[in-house]
Amino acid sequence: MKSPLQKTYDVVVVGGGPAGLAAALGARDAGAEDILIIDRETEAGGILNQCIHSGFGLHHFKEELTGPEYAERFIQSVLSRQVTILTNSYVMNIAPDLHIEVISGDYGHLEVQAKSVVLAMGCRERTRGAIRTPGFRPAGVMTAGLAQKMVNMKGLLPGRRIAILGSGDIGLIMARRLMLEGCEVVGVYELMPFSNGLTRNVVQCLDDFAIPLRLSTTVAFIHGRDRVQRLTMAPVDDQHMPILNQSWQVACDTLLLSIGLIPENELSTRLRLKMDPSTGGPQVTSTLETSLPGVFACGNVLHVHDLVDFVTEEALRAGRFAAEVAQGRRRPGDNISLQTGENIASCVPHSLSPDREQVIYLRVKRPLKDCVLTIGDRYEKVFRILIPSEMIRLTLGAEILDRYFGEHLKIEVRPREVA
Amino acid sequence: MVEKINLTCLGCPMGCPLQLSIVDGEIREVTGYECKRGVAYAKQEHTDPRRMVSTTVSCPAGLWPRLPVKTVDPVPKNRVPAVVQILHTLEVKAPIQMGQIILENVAGTGVTVIATRSLPEMPEND
Repeated sequence: MKSPLQKTYDVVVVGGGPAGLAAALGARDAGAEDILIIDRETEAGGILNQCIHSGFGLHHFKEELTGPEYAERFIQSVLSRQVTILTNSYVMNIAPDLHIEVISGDYGHLEVQAKSVVLAMGCRERTRGAIRTPGFRPAGVMTAGLAQKMVNMKGLLPGRRIAILGSGDIGLIMARRLMLEGCEVVGVYELMPFSNGLTRNVVQCLDDFAIPLRLSTTVAFIHGRDRVQRLTMAPVDDQHMPILNQSWQVACDTLLLSIGLIPENELSTRLRLKMDPSTGGPQVTSTLETSLPGVFACGNVLHVHDLVDFVTEEALRAGRFAAEVAQGRRRPGDNISLQTGENIASCVPHSLSPDREQVIYLRVKRPLKDCVLTIGDRYEKVFRILIPSEMIRLTLGAEILDRYFGEHLKIEVRPREVA
Repeated sequence: MVEKINLTCLGCPMGCPLQLSIVDGEIREVTGYECKRGVAYAKQEHTDPRRMVSTTVSCPAGLWPRLPVKTVDPVPKNRVPAVVQILHTLEVKAPIQMGQIILENVAGTGVTVIATRSLPEMPEND
Protein backbone atom coordinates (compact mmCIF):
# COMPACT_ATOMS: atom_id res chain seq x y z
CA MET A 1 0.00 0.00 0.00
CA LYS A 2 1.12 3.55 -0.68
CA SER A 3 2.72 5.30 2.28
CA PRO A 4 0.31 7.68 4.01
CA LEU A 5 3.21 9.73 5.31
CA GLN A 6 4.98 12.88 4.24
CA LYS A 7 8.74 12.91 3.87
CA THR A 8 9.30 15.43 6.63
CA TYR A 9 7.53 16.29 9.88
CA ASP A 10 8.12 19.12 12.31
CA VAL A 11 7.61 16.81 15.28
CA VAL A 12 7.56 13.01 15.32
CA VAL A 13 6.25 11.47 18.55
CA VAL A 14 7.26 7.89 19.30
CA GLY A 15 4.41 6.25 21.22
CA GLY A 16 0.67 7.02 21.21
CA GLY A 17 -0.10 6.57 24.90
CA PRO A 18 -1.04 9.45 27.20
CA ALA A 19 2.43 10.99 26.90
CA GLY A 20 2.57 10.82 23.11
CA LEU A 21 -0.96 12.16 22.67
CA ALA A 22 -0.34 15.13 24.96
CA ALA A 23 3.07 15.80 23.39
CA ALA A 24 1.38 16.07 19.98
CA LEU A 25 -1.17 18.52 21.40
CA GLY A 26 1.58 20.53 23.06
CA ALA A 27 3.45 20.69 19.76
CA ARG A 28 0.29 21.86 17.99
CA ASP A 29 -0.29 24.54 20.65
CA ALA A 30 3.22 25.85 20.04
CA GLY A 31 2.62 26.14 16.30
CA ALA A 32 4.22 23.01 14.84
CA GLU A 33 2.66 22.27 11.46
CA ASP A 34 3.14 18.62 10.58
CA ILE A 35 2.95 16.26 13.53
CA LEU A 36 3.12 12.47 13.43
CA ILE A 37 2.49 9.96 16.23
CA ILE A 38 3.77 6.43 15.69
CA ASP A 39 2.37 3.58 17.81
CA ARG A 40 2.90 -0.16 17.63
CA GLU A 41 -0.61 -1.11 18.84
CA THR A 42 -3.75 -1.25 16.70
CA GLU A 43 -5.09 1.89 18.37
CA ALA A 44 -3.65 4.84 20.27
CA GLY A 45 -4.24 5.30 24.01
CA GLY A 46 -1.57 2.99 25.36
CA ILE A 47 -2.08 1.23 28.65
CA LEU A 48 -5.00 3.56 29.52
CA ASN A 49 -7.19 1.37 27.31
CA GLN A 50 -6.85 -1.55 29.70
CA CYS A 51 -7.12 0.55 32.91
CA ILE A 52 -10.92 0.45 33.09
CA HIS A 53 -11.07 1.65 36.73
CA SER A 54 -11.64 5.30 37.53
CA GLY A 55 -9.17 7.66 39.14
CA PHE A 56 -7.76 9.43 36.10
CA GLY A 57 -8.12 13.07 35.17
CA LEU A 58 -8.79 14.79 38.50
CA HIS A 59 -6.01 17.31 37.85
CA HIS A 60 -6.32 17.72 34.09
CA PHE A 61 -10.08 17.43 33.51
CA LYS A 62 -11.21 18.21 37.09
CA GLU A 63 -13.33 15.09 37.06
CA GLU A 64 -12.69 11.43 37.72
CA LEU A 65 -12.50 9.36 34.54
CA THR A 66 -11.65 5.78 33.68
CA GLY A 67 -8.55 5.05 31.60
CA PRO A 68 -10.37 4.48 28.30
CA GLU A 69 -12.34 7.73 28.73
CA TYR A 70 -9.16 9.68 29.43
CA ALA A 71 -7.53 8.15 26.35
CA GLU A 72 -10.50 8.70 24.05
CA ARG A 73 -10.81 12.38 24.96
CA PHE A 74 -7.18 12.87 24.00
CA ILE A 75 -7.40 10.79 20.82
CA GLN A 76 -10.44 12.81 19.69
CA SER A 77 -8.72 16.08 20.38
CA VAL A 78 -5.50 14.97 18.63
CA LEU A 79 -7.42 13.82 15.55
CA SER A 80 -9.55 16.96 15.45
CA ARG A 81 -6.34 18.98 15.28
CA GLN A 82 -5.02 17.14 12.22
CA VAL A 83 -2.28 15.16 13.89
CA THR A 84 -1.47 11.98 11.94
CA ILE A 85 -1.54 8.80 14.05
CA LEU A 86 0.20 5.83 12.44
CA THR A 87 -0.75 2.65 14.31
CA ASN A 88 0.48 -0.94 13.88
CA SER A 89 3.89 0.56 13.34
CA TYR A 90 7.17 0.12 15.10
CA VAL A 91 10.06 2.58 15.14
CA MET A 92 13.14 0.53 14.31
CA ASN A 93 15.73 3.23 14.57
CA ILE A 94 16.25 6.95 15.07
CA ALA A 95 19.47 8.24 13.56
CA PRO A 96 21.28 11.15 15.27
CA ASP A 97 20.14 13.40 12.37
CA LEU A 98 16.53 12.44 13.32
CA HIS A 99 15.95 10.28 10.27
CA ILE A 100 13.46 7.64 11.44
CA GLU A 101 12.96 4.10 10.17
CA VAL A 102 9.58 2.50 10.74
CA ILE A 103 8.18 -0.97 10.09
CA SER A 104 4.43 -0.76 9.57
CA GLY A 105 2.03 -3.66 9.55
CA ASP A 106 -0.01 -1.91 6.87
CA TYR A 107 2.61 -0.16 4.73
CA GLY A 108 5.87 -2.06 5.22
CA HIS A 109 9.14 -0.17 5.54
CA LEU A 110 8.77 3.60 5.91
CA GLU A 111 11.22 6.43 6.47
CA VAL A 112 10.57 9.95 7.69
CA GLN A 113 12.72 12.91 8.58
CA ALA A 114 11.88 14.78 11.78
CA LYS A 115 12.90 18.29 12.78
CA SER A 116 12.44 17.25 16.40
CA VAL A 117 11.47 14.02 18.12
CA VAL A 118 9.54 13.35 21.31
CA LEU A 119 10.25 10.01 22.97
CA ALA A 120 7.06 8.76 24.63
CA MET A 121 7.50 4.99 24.61
CA GLY A 122 6.31 4.48 28.17
CA CYS A 123 7.50 1.62 30.30
CA ARG A 124 7.10 -2.12 30.65
CA GLU A 125 6.71 -4.39 33.64
CA ARG A 126 9.49 -6.20 35.42
CA THR A 127 9.12 -9.96 35.08
CA ARG A 128 10.06 -13.00 37.13
CA GLY A 129 13.55 -12.95 35.62
CA ALA A 130 14.22 -9.55 37.16
CA ILE A 131 13.85 -10.89 40.70
CA ARG A 132 15.14 -14.41 40.01
CA THR A 133 12.46 -16.25 41.96
CA PRO A 134 13.54 -19.88 42.45
CA GLY A 135 11.34 -22.80 41.47
CA PHE A 136 9.80 -24.50 38.46
CA ARG A 137 8.70 -22.64 35.36
CA PRO A 138 5.04 -23.57 35.05
CA ALA A 139 2.27 -21.71 33.26
CA GLY A 140 0.41 -19.26 35.46
CA VAL A 141 3.22 -16.81 36.29
CA MET A 142 2.65 -13.47 34.60
CA THR A 143 2.77 -9.74 35.14
CA ALA A 144 -0.25 -7.99 36.59
CA GLY A 145 -0.54 -5.70 33.56
CA LEU A 146 -0.70 -8.66 31.19
CA ALA A 147 -3.47 -10.17 33.31
CA GLN A 148 -5.22 -6.80 33.16
CA LYS A 149 -5.15 -6.78 29.37
CA MET A 150 -6.41 -10.39 29.28
CA VAL A 151 -9.32 -9.70 31.62
CA ASN A 152 -10.36 -6.21 30.57
CA MET A 153 -9.85 -6.34 26.81
CA LYS A 154 -9.84 -9.97 25.75
CA GLY A 155 -12.27 -11.40 28.30
CA LEU A 156 -9.90 -14.13 29.47
CA LEU A 157 -9.24 -15.10 33.09
CA PRO A 158 -5.60 -15.78 33.99
CA GLY A 159 -6.58 -18.37 36.63
CA ARG A 160 -8.94 -19.09 39.50
CA ARG A 161 -6.90 -18.86 42.69
CA ILE A 162 -4.52 -15.96 42.50
CA ALA A 163 -1.55 -14.77 44.54
CA ILE A 164 -0.05 -11.36 43.82
CA LEU A 165 3.55 -10.46 44.51
CA GLY A 166 4.16 -6.73 44.82
CA SER A 167 1.81 -4.09 46.11
CA GLY A 168 2.22 -1.57 43.32
CA ASP A 169 -0.97 0.03 42.07
CA ILE A 170 -1.40 -2.40 39.18
CA GLY A 171 -1.25 -5.36 41.57
CA LEU A 172 -3.78 -3.77 43.94
CA ILE A 173 -6.16 -2.84 41.12
CA MET A 174 -5.93 -6.37 39.71
CA ALA A 175 -6.67 -7.91 43.12
CA ARG A 176 -10.03 -6.11 43.15
CA ARG A 177 -10.68 -6.73 39.48
CA LEU A 178 -10.16 -10.49 39.79
CA MET A 179 -12.34 -10.67 42.91
CA LEU A 180 -15.11 -8.97 40.94
CA GLU A 181 -14.56 -11.50 38.14
CA GLY A 182 -15.18 -14.33 40.58
CA CYS A 183 -11.58 -15.39 41.24
CA GLU A 184 -10.23 -15.97 44.70
CA VAL A 185 -7.30 -13.70 45.57
CA VAL A 186 -5.39 -15.45 48.34
CA GLY A 187 -3.18 -12.52 49.22
CA VAL A 188 -0.95 -9.66 48.14
CA TYR A 189 2.67 -10.02 49.24
CA GLU A 190 5.16 -7.15 49.42
CA LEU A 191 8.92 -7.39 49.88
CA MET A 192 9.20 -3.93 51.44
CA PRO A 193 7.91 -3.09 54.92
CA PHE A 194 5.43 -0.65 53.30
CA SER A 195 3.01 -0.82 50.39
CA ASN A 196 4.21 0.57 47.08
CA GLY A 197 0.75 1.54 45.95
CA LEU A 198 -1.42 4.53 46.77
CA THR A 199 -3.04 4.22 50.19
CA ARG A 200 -6.45 4.66 48.65
CA ASN A 201 -5.87 1.59 46.50
CA VAL A 202 -4.92 -0.48 49.54
CA VAL A 203 -8.23 0.60 51.09
CA GLN A 204 -10.60 0.27 48.13
CA CYS A 205 -8.96 -2.75 46.45
CA LEU A 206 -7.80 -4.89 49.38
CA ASP A 207 -9.57 -3.82 52.60
CA ASP A 208 -12.97 -3.62 50.88
CA PHE A 209 -12.62 -7.26 49.78
CA ALA A 210 -10.82 -8.55 52.90
CA ILE A 211 -7.75 -9.49 50.83
CA PRO A 212 -4.76 -9.85 53.16
CA LEU A 213 -1.66 -7.68 52.52
CA ARG A 214 1.52 -9.24 53.91
CA LEU A 215 4.45 -6.85 54.12
CA SER A 216 8.15 -7.88 54.29
CA THR A 217 7.24 -11.13 52.54
CA THR A 218 8.33 -12.73 49.27
CA VAL A 219 7.87 -15.83 47.13
CA ALA A 220 10.71 -18.23 48.01
CA PHE A 221 9.76 -21.03 45.57
CA ILE A 222 7.26 -21.64 42.78
CA HIS A 223 5.90 -25.22 42.71
CA GLY A 224 4.12 -27.05 39.87
CA ARG A 225 5.50 -28.59 36.69
CA ASP A 226 2.83 -27.67 34.12
CA ARG A 227 0.71 -25.19 36.06
CA VAL A 228 1.42 -23.28 39.27
CA GLN A 229 0.23 -25.46 42.17
CA ARG A 230 1.52 -23.69 45.22
CA LEU A 231 4.05 -21.15 46.45
CA THR A 232 6.48 -21.21 49.31
CA MET A 233 6.14 -17.81 50.98
CA ALA A 234 8.69 -16.49 53.44
CA PRO A 235 9.18 -13.38 55.54
CA VAL A 236 12.35 -11.43 54.67
CA ASP A 237 15.10 -10.05 56.89
CA ASP A 238 16.34 -6.48 56.67
CA GLN A 239 18.60 -7.47 53.76
CA HIS A 240 15.43 -8.66 51.90
CA MET A 241 16.61 -12.29 52.13
CA PRO A 242 13.89 -14.91 52.76
CA ILE A 243 13.91 -16.49 56.24
CA LEU A 244 13.24 -20.03 55.08
CA ASN A 245 12.68 -21.66 58.48
CA GLN A 246 9.62 -19.39 58.91
CA SER A 247 8.19 -20.18 55.48
CA TRP A 248 4.68 -21.44 54.71
CA GLN A 249 2.79 -22.84 51.73
CA VAL A 250 0.07 -21.10 49.73
CA ALA A 251 -2.08 -23.10 47.30
CA CYS A 252 -2.87 -21.19 44.09
CA ASP A 253 -2.86 -21.65 40.32
CA THR A 254 -1.63 -18.20 39.33
CA LEU A 255 1.07 -15.80 40.47
CA LEU A 256 0.76 -12.21 39.29
CA LEU A 257 3.81 -9.99 39.51
CA SER A 258 3.50 -6.29 40.21
CA ILE A 259 7.13 -5.67 40.98
CA GLY A 260 7.97 -2.45 39.25
CA LEU A 261 8.20 -0.80 35.87
CA ILE A 262 11.14 -0.22 33.56
CA PRO A 263 11.18 2.74 31.17
CA GLU A 264 11.40 1.33 27.67
CA ASN A 265 14.55 3.02 26.39
CA GLU A 266 15.98 0.80 23.67
CA LEU A 267 15.72 3.63 21.13
CA SER A 268 17.27 6.06 23.62
CA THR A 269 20.26 3.86 24.36
CA ARG A 270 20.80 3.21 20.65
CA LEU A 271 20.85 7.00 20.22
CA ARG A 272 23.47 7.02 23.01
CA LEU A 273 21.47 9.50 25.05
CA LYS A 274 22.92 10.21 28.49
CA MET A 275 20.87 8.14 30.90
CA ASP A 276 20.04 8.50 34.60
CA PRO A 277 20.41 5.13 36.37
CA SER A 278 18.09 6.25 39.18
CA THR A 279 15.10 6.87 36.89
CA GLY A 280 16.05 4.43 34.11
CA GLY A 281 15.30 7.23 31.64
CA PRO A 282 17.30 9.84 29.75
CA GLN A 283 18.80 12.87 31.43
CA VAL A 284 16.86 15.96 30.45
CA THR A 285 17.13 19.72 30.71
CA SER A 286 14.45 21.99 32.13
CA THR A 287 12.86 21.95 28.64
CA LEU A 288 12.80 18.10 28.73
CA GLU A 289 15.44 17.91 25.99
CA THR A 290 17.80 14.93 26.15
CA SER A 291 21.55 15.03 25.61
CA LEU A 292 20.93 14.92 21.83
CA PRO A 293 19.62 18.32 20.68
CA GLY A 294 16.15 18.04 19.13
CA VAL A 295 15.23 14.86 21.01
CA PHE A 296 12.83 15.29 23.91
CA ALA A 297 11.40 12.79 26.40
CA CYS A 298 8.30 12.70 28.57
CA GLY A 299 6.01 10.34 30.45
CA ASN A 300 7.02 6.96 31.74
CA VAL A 301 9.93 6.57 29.35
CA LEU A 302 11.55 9.49 31.18
CA HIS A 303 10.62 8.40 34.71
CA VAL A 304 7.80 6.25 36.03
CA HIS A 305 4.86 8.39 37.14
CA ASP A 306 1.97 7.34 39.34
CA LEU A 307 -0.62 9.78 37.98
CA VAL A 308 -1.43 10.07 34.29
CA ASP A 309 -2.37 13.71 34.85
CA PHE A 310 1.26 14.48 35.59
CA VAL A 311 2.28 12.56 32.46
CA THR A 312 -0.07 14.73 30.44
CA GLU A 313 1.24 17.93 31.93
CA GLU A 314 4.87 16.91 31.39
CA ALA A 315 4.17 15.76 27.83
CA LEU A 316 2.33 18.99 26.90
CA ARG A 317 5.46 20.86 27.92
CA ALA A 318 7.79 18.47 26.06
CA GLY A 319 5.66 18.84 22.93
CA ARG A 320 5.75 22.64 23.15
CA PHE A 321 9.51 22.75 23.54
CA ALA A 322 9.96 20.23 20.71
CA ALA A 323 7.81 22.40 18.43
CA GLU A 324 9.87 25.48 19.29
CA VAL A 325 13.10 23.71 18.32
CA ALA A 326 11.49 22.37 15.13
CA GLN A 327 10.68 25.98 14.20
CA GLY A 328 14.23 27.10 14.88
CA ARG A 329 13.44 28.84 18.15
CA ARG A 330 15.78 27.80 20.93
CA ARG A 331 15.60 29.08 24.49
CA PRO A 332 18.80 29.85 26.42
CA GLY A 333 20.34 26.62 27.68
CA ASP A 334 20.44 25.50 31.29
CA ASN A 335 23.41 26.53 33.37
CA ILE A 336 22.66 25.02 36.77
CA SER A 337 22.91 21.29 37.34
CA LEU A 338 20.35 19.85 39.74
CA GLN A 339 21.82 17.12 41.92
CA THR A 340 20.13 14.65 44.23
CA GLY A 341 21.13 14.67 47.89
CA GLU A 342 19.99 13.04 51.08
CA ASN A 343 16.85 10.85 50.93
CA ILE A 344 16.17 11.62 47.28
CA ALA A 345 15.75 8.53 45.10
CA SER A 346 15.39 10.35 41.79
CA CYS A 347 14.68 13.74 40.36
CA VAL A 348 13.70 15.17 36.95
CA PRO A 349 14.89 17.40 35.27
CA HIS A 350 18.62 17.22 35.67
CA SER A 351 19.39 20.89 35.11
CA LEU A 352 17.70 24.27 35.51
CA SER A 353 17.78 27.66 33.89
CA PRO A 354 17.15 30.91 35.75
CA ASP A 355 14.94 32.38 33.01
CA ARG A 356 11.90 30.12 33.26
CA GLU A 357 9.40 28.51 35.57
CA GLN A 358 10.67 25.17 36.82
CA VAL A 359 8.66 22.00 37.23
CA ILE A 360 10.50 19.41 39.30
CA TYR A 361 9.41 15.82 39.92
CA LEU A 362 11.07 13.70 42.57
CA ARG A 363 10.74 10.63 44.72
CA VAL A 364 12.08 9.98 48.21
CA LYS A 365 14.05 6.85 49.09
CA ARG A 366 12.03 5.84 52.15
CA PRO A 367 8.90 6.97 54.01
CA LEU A 368 9.60 10.19 55.94
CA LYS A 369 7.49 12.07 58.45
CA ASP A 370 7.65 15.74 59.30
CA CYS A 371 10.51 16.71 57.03
CA VAL A 372 11.75 19.63 55.04
CA LEU A 373 12.67 19.61 51.38
CA THR A 374 15.37 22.04 50.29
CA ILE A 375 16.85 23.06 46.95
CA GLY A 376 20.19 24.56 47.90
CA ASP A 377 19.48 27.74 49.83
CA ARG A 378 16.85 28.87 47.30
CA TYR A 379 13.77 26.97 48.34
CA GLU A 380 12.33 25.03 51.22
CA LYS A 381 9.02 23.35 51.88
CA VAL A 382 7.78 21.37 54.88
CA PHE A 383 6.00 18.05 54.34
CA ARG A 384 3.97 16.15 56.91
CA ILE A 385 4.56 12.83 55.21
CA LEU A 386 6.49 11.68 52.14
CA ILE A 387 6.44 8.15 50.74
CA PRO A 388 8.38 6.62 47.84
CA SER A 389 5.23 5.52 46.00
CA GLU A 390 3.93 9.08 45.68
CA MET A 391 5.87 11.33 43.36
CA ILE A 392 6.33 14.90 44.52
CA ARG A 393 5.78 17.67 42.02
CA LEU A 394 7.06 21.19 42.59
CA THR A 395 6.50 24.24 40.45
CA LEU A 396 8.89 27.03 41.16
CA GLY A 397 8.73 30.53 39.78
CA ALA A 398 11.68 31.80 37.75
CA GLU A 399 12.47 34.22 40.57
CA ILE A 400 13.87 31.57 42.90
CA LEU A 401 17.01 31.42 40.77
CA ASP A 402 17.38 35.23 40.58
CA ARG A 403 20.93 36.20 41.31
CA TYR A 404 21.99 32.62 41.79
CA PHE A 405 25.51 32.36 40.41
CA GLY A 406 26.44 28.78 41.33
CA GLU A 407 26.74 25.90 38.91
CA HIS A 408 24.98 23.30 41.06
CA LEU A 409 21.98 23.04 43.31
CA LYS A 410 21.35 20.08 45.54
CA ILE A 411 17.85 18.85 46.31
CA GLU A 412 17.46 17.12 49.68
CA VAL A 413 14.91 16.06 52.25
CA ARG A 414 15.77 15.96 55.94
CA PRO A 415 13.77 15.36 59.10
CA ARG A 416 12.71 18.71 60.49
CA GLU A 417 14.59 19.96 63.50
CA VAL A 418 12.09 20.92 66.13
CA ALA A 419 13.13 24.09 67.90
CA MET B 1 -18.15 9.15 75.04
CA VAL B 2 -16.17 10.15 71.93
CA GLU B 3 -15.34 7.38 69.50
CA LYS B 4 -12.45 7.87 67.04
CA ILE B 5 -12.50 6.31 63.59
CA ASN B 6 -9.62 6.42 61.11
CA LEU B 7 -10.47 6.42 57.41
CA THR B 8 -8.50 6.96 54.24
CA CYS B 9 -10.23 9.44 51.96
CA LEU B 10 -10.97 7.86 48.58
CA GLY B 11 -11.99 11.21 47.08
CA CYS B 12 -8.83 11.45 44.98
CA PRO B 13 -5.43 9.75 44.67
CA MET B 14 -4.02 11.89 47.53
CA GLY B 15 -5.64 9.50 50.01
CA CYS B 16 -5.71 11.84 53.02
CA PRO B 17 -5.75 10.08 56.39
CA LEU B 18 -9.01 11.21 58.03
CA GLN B 19 -9.88 11.04 61.70
CA LEU B 20 -13.56 11.11 62.66
CA SER B 21 -14.79 11.93 66.14
CA ILE B 22 -18.13 10.23 66.68
CA VAL B 23 -20.55 11.04 69.48
CA ASP B 24 -23.74 8.92 69.73
CA GLY B 25 -23.22 7.70 66.15
CA GLU B 26 -23.05 11.28 64.83
CA ILE B 27 -19.92 12.83 63.33
CA ARG B 28 -18.73 15.61 65.65
CA GLU B 29 -15.50 16.49 63.86
CA VAL B 30 -13.38 15.46 60.86
CA THR B 31 -9.65 16.20 60.73
CA GLY B 32 -6.75 15.33 58.45
CA TYR B 33 -8.24 16.35 55.09
CA GLU B 34 -6.56 18.63 52.56
CA CYS B 35 -9.67 19.61 50.64
CA LYS B 36 -13.43 19.78 51.14
CA ARG B 37 -13.93 16.40 49.47
CA GLY B 38 -12.51 14.88 52.67
CA VAL B 39 -15.41 16.02 54.86
CA ALA B 40 -18.00 14.89 52.33
CA TYR B 41 -16.28 11.54 51.97
CA ALA B 42 -16.13 11.00 55.75
CA LYS B 43 -19.87 11.71 56.13
CA GLN B 44 -20.80 9.47 53.22
CA GLU B 45 -18.52 6.64 54.26
CA HIS B 46 -19.76 6.73 57.85
CA THR B 47 -23.46 6.76 57.01
CA ASP B 48 -23.81 5.10 53.58
CA PRO B 49 -20.57 3.76 52.07
CA ARG B 50 -20.66 3.75 48.28
CA ARG B 51 -18.29 2.76 45.49
CA MET B 52 -17.99 3.39 41.78
CA VAL B 53 -18.05 0.15 39.80
CA SER B 54 -16.02 -0.42 36.65
CA THR B 55 -16.24 -3.71 34.81
CA THR B 56 -16.73 -4.99 31.28
CA VAL B 57 -19.64 -6.43 29.29
CA SER B 58 -19.50 -8.85 26.40
CA CYS B 59 -19.34 -7.36 22.89
CA PRO B 60 -18.68 -10.31 20.58
CA ALA B 61 -18.54 -8.37 17.29
CA GLY B 62 -16.44 -5.51 18.69
CA LEU B 63 -12.84 -4.62 17.89
CA TRP B 64 -12.24 -6.11 21.34
CA PRO B 65 -14.57 -8.76 22.76
CA ARG B 66 -15.11 -6.78 25.99
CA LEU B 67 -16.55 -3.29 26.35
CA PRO B 68 -15.50 -1.37 29.49
CA VAL B 69 -18.40 0.19 31.41
CA LYS B 70 -18.90 2.13 34.63
CA THR B 71 -21.64 3.28 36.96
CA VAL B 72 -22.18 7.03 36.55
CA ASP B 73 -22.68 7.39 40.30
CA PRO B 74 -21.40 5.30 43.18
CA VAL B 75 -23.60 2.40 44.28
CA PRO B 76 -24.02 1.14 47.87
CA LYS B 77 -20.89 -0.82 48.76
CA ASN B 78 -22.84 -3.98 49.62
CA ARG B 79 -24.56 -3.92 46.20
CA VAL B 80 -21.27 -4.01 44.25
CA PRO B 81 -21.25 -7.83 43.79
CA ALA B 82 -24.87 -7.78 42.55
CA VAL B 83 -24.09 -4.98 40.07
CA VAL B 84 -21.10 -6.86 38.67
CA GLN B 85 -23.06 -10.09 38.42
CA ILE B 86 -25.82 -8.52 36.34
CA LEU B 87 -23.35 -6.81 34.02
CA HIS B 88 -21.62 -10.14 33.43
CA THR B 89 -24.78 -11.57 31.88
CA LEU B 90 -25.13 -8.63 29.48
CA GLU B 91 -24.18 -8.69 25.81
CA VAL B 92 -24.06 -5.56 23.63
CA LYS B 93 -23.71 -5.00 19.92
CA ALA B 94 -20.92 -2.96 18.30
CA PRO B 95 -20.53 -0.19 17.27
CA ILE B 96 -20.74 1.53 20.66
CA GLN B 97 -20.17 5.20 21.43
CA MET B 98 -18.40 6.38 24.58
CA GLY B 99 -21.02 7.51 27.11
CA GLN B 100 -23.77 5.35 25.56
CA ILE B 101 -26.20 4.01 28.17
CA ILE B 102 -25.71 0.29 28.63
CA LEU B 103 -28.16 -0.34 31.49
CA GLU B 104 -30.43 1.83 33.64
CA ASN B 105 -31.22 1.23 37.30
CA VAL B 106 -28.63 -1.53 37.61
CA ALA B 107 -29.54 -4.08 40.31
CA GLY B 108 -32.27 -1.78 41.57
CA THR B 109 -29.78 0.87 42.71
CA GLY B 110 -31.25 3.59 40.49
CA VAL B 111 -27.80 4.08 38.97
CA THR B 112 -27.08 4.10 35.21
CA VAL B 113 -24.24 2.17 33.59
CA ILE B 114 -22.48 3.71 30.57
CA ALA B 115 -19.81 2.64 28.09
CA THR B 116 -16.40 4.15 28.87
CA ARG B 117 -15.06 3.93 25.34
CA SER B 118 -16.22 3.81 21.75
CA LEU B 119 -15.92 0.35 20.30
CA PRO B 120 -16.09 -0.08 16.51
CA GLU B 121 -16.98 -3.36 14.89
CA MET B 122 -14.15 -5.78 14.28
CA PRO B 123 -13.09 -5.14 10.68
CA GLU B 124 -13.73 -8.12 8.37
CA ASN B 125 -10.61 -9.96 7.31
CA ASP B 126 -10.19 -9.97 3.56
